[in-house]
Amino acid sequence: MTTNEHLLSLNNISLSFKGVKAINNISFAVNRGEICALIGPNGAGKSSLLNVINGVYQADEGEINFDGESKKNMSPHRSAQRGIARTFQNIALFKGMSVLDNVLTGRNLKVKSSWVEQVFNIGQAPNDAVVQRKKSEEIIDFLKIQPWRSSLVGSLPYGLQKRVELARALAAEPKLLLLDEPMAGMNSDEKAEMSRFILDTQREFGTTIVLIEHDISVVMALSNHVVVLDYGKKIGDGTPDEVRANPEVIAAYLGTKH
Amino acid sequence: MSFFFEVLTGGLLAGVMYSLVAIGFVLIYKASGVFNFAQGSMVLFSALTFVSLLERGVPFWISFIITLLIMLVLAWAIERFVLRKLVNRSPITLFMATLGLSYIIEGLAQAVWGAQVHALDIGVSDEPFEIFGMLLSQFDLFAAAIAGILVAVLSFLFSKTRTGISLRAVADDQLAALAVGIKLNRLWFIVWGVAGFVGLVAGLLWGARVGVQFSLSLIVLKALPVLIIGGFTSIGGAIVGGLIIGSSEKLAEVFLGPYIGGGIENWFPYVLAMLFLLVRPSGIFGERAIERV
Repeated sequence: MTTNEHLLSLNNISLSFKGVKAINNISFAVNRGEICALIGPNGAGKSSLLNVINGVYQADEGEINFDGESKKNMSPHRSAQRGIARTFQNIALFKGMSVLDNVLTGRNLKVKSSWVEQVFNIGQAPNDAVVQRKKSEEIIDFLKIQPWRSSLVGSLPYGLQKRVELARALAAEPKLLLLDEPMAGMNSDEKAEMSRFILDTQREFGTTIVLIEHDISVVMALSNHVVVLDYGKKIGDGTPDEVRANPEVIAAYLGTKH
Repeated sequence: MSFFFEVLTGGLLAGVMYSLVAIGFVLIYKASGVFNFAQGSMVLFSALTFVSLLERGVPFWISFIITLLIMLVLAWAIERFVLRKLVNRSPITLFMATLGLSYIIEGLAQAVWGAQVHALDIGVSDEPFEIFGMLLSQFDLFAAAIAGILVAVLSFLFSKTRTGISLRAVADDQLAALAVGIKLNRLWFIVWGVAGFVGLVAGLLWGARVGVQFSLSLIVLKALPVLIIGGFTSIGGAIVGGLIIGSSEKLAEVFLGPYIGGGIENWFPYVLAMLFLLVRPSGIFGERAIERV
């Protein structure tokens, strides 16, 4: 069912934890280059779904098709190799390392030189080091975090840490970027800034983005495509306008008289 | 005065022996953020394997290589059957696993090679000789040279290759390290393998000095103050910590001993470590913990 315009499609994915169904038979497809938002109340299964896509969790049933290749299960390492990068709900940065070093780790899979070459600084190593450094600096410029590039990440305020995490993910030059609540805990100025960076990422690099966000106004302004989950089921899928008009979605969000 | 220097030098050289053990701990701490309780058992296991092979008539270097291979298999097995299941668990879980491992490895050593004390001769004499008016042991100088080479090579490898940065990443956050495509399994195997190699070197030198016996696994306890002073994450720190412990305990024994009673060598390092914990909890070269509240 995947055509070439879909970068990612999930087919009948189910996942349960000790008998509790976190994700119940969900299918949807994400087009190349679009920003797709996953929304839904707490516990709807949004983060679980993201974790299935990059292989932190293994789905019990169903199939993931990414970039023309079908897999029942992914591993985090494998998905990174295939071009999926992500950020986490509760920032997972390397706190004891500088901003630059954090971004450099994002380029881990782009390193071409072997460790023997690195030790003796021969072969591809000298050029490699320069390239990785240059690309990392570009990303740092792009997200405007130059002033803090040599600060230890653990000492930065929350909003900046979120941005550094995005920088590390972008450093991998991913095809698909998964953002788990990139704007959680931010004030409206910071949200607007982060939204701009996400849009810039889509525009500049053509990256396909799947994100989870609670702020509906941000979601509507940012995304091309919205998927709504509730109790592990998909209850809405379409453009922001379509989803806004969907009675089931309204019921899930606002409550309804039964 | 020359007596003072003789004691100091003897202490420094003895300290190097502690450093050798401590380096093994630093490696694993760097890669997983835990104190590897099983390091002492690995020292014992490797020394016992080596000496048993030697006693069965296997030549020195062949025994060394076979033992090294066995340590690598052990590292592989530890990664495959223990660590792999514990990805993304809390450090205390990993620590408990190393505690369990230490008993398994010790038991294994005992089951395979028996519990007798073995003498080990690695062909370096422990006779003192005189240099600049000081009596020094050739064996101590040899141990110091080996430790120096080990530290130089390891520091060089970690600073020149991407392994260094990957190690720090893994120690900080395993989930994030996996997400950027760091091969956690391979990294852990490498680190435990190198720690096994360092354990083997330490085991041979300690075994040659005090005999290969089960108390070897207790040198873990002497490495602890070394690590507290030098810092858990620094290979160079392990050397400096070892030198401080070695020299201060010998000086204390010789110059303080007559006033407050002998045998202070045994507890002095721990008192020193405690003072360090009060003043500088991350050690001289350790990474300071940063936490925004």
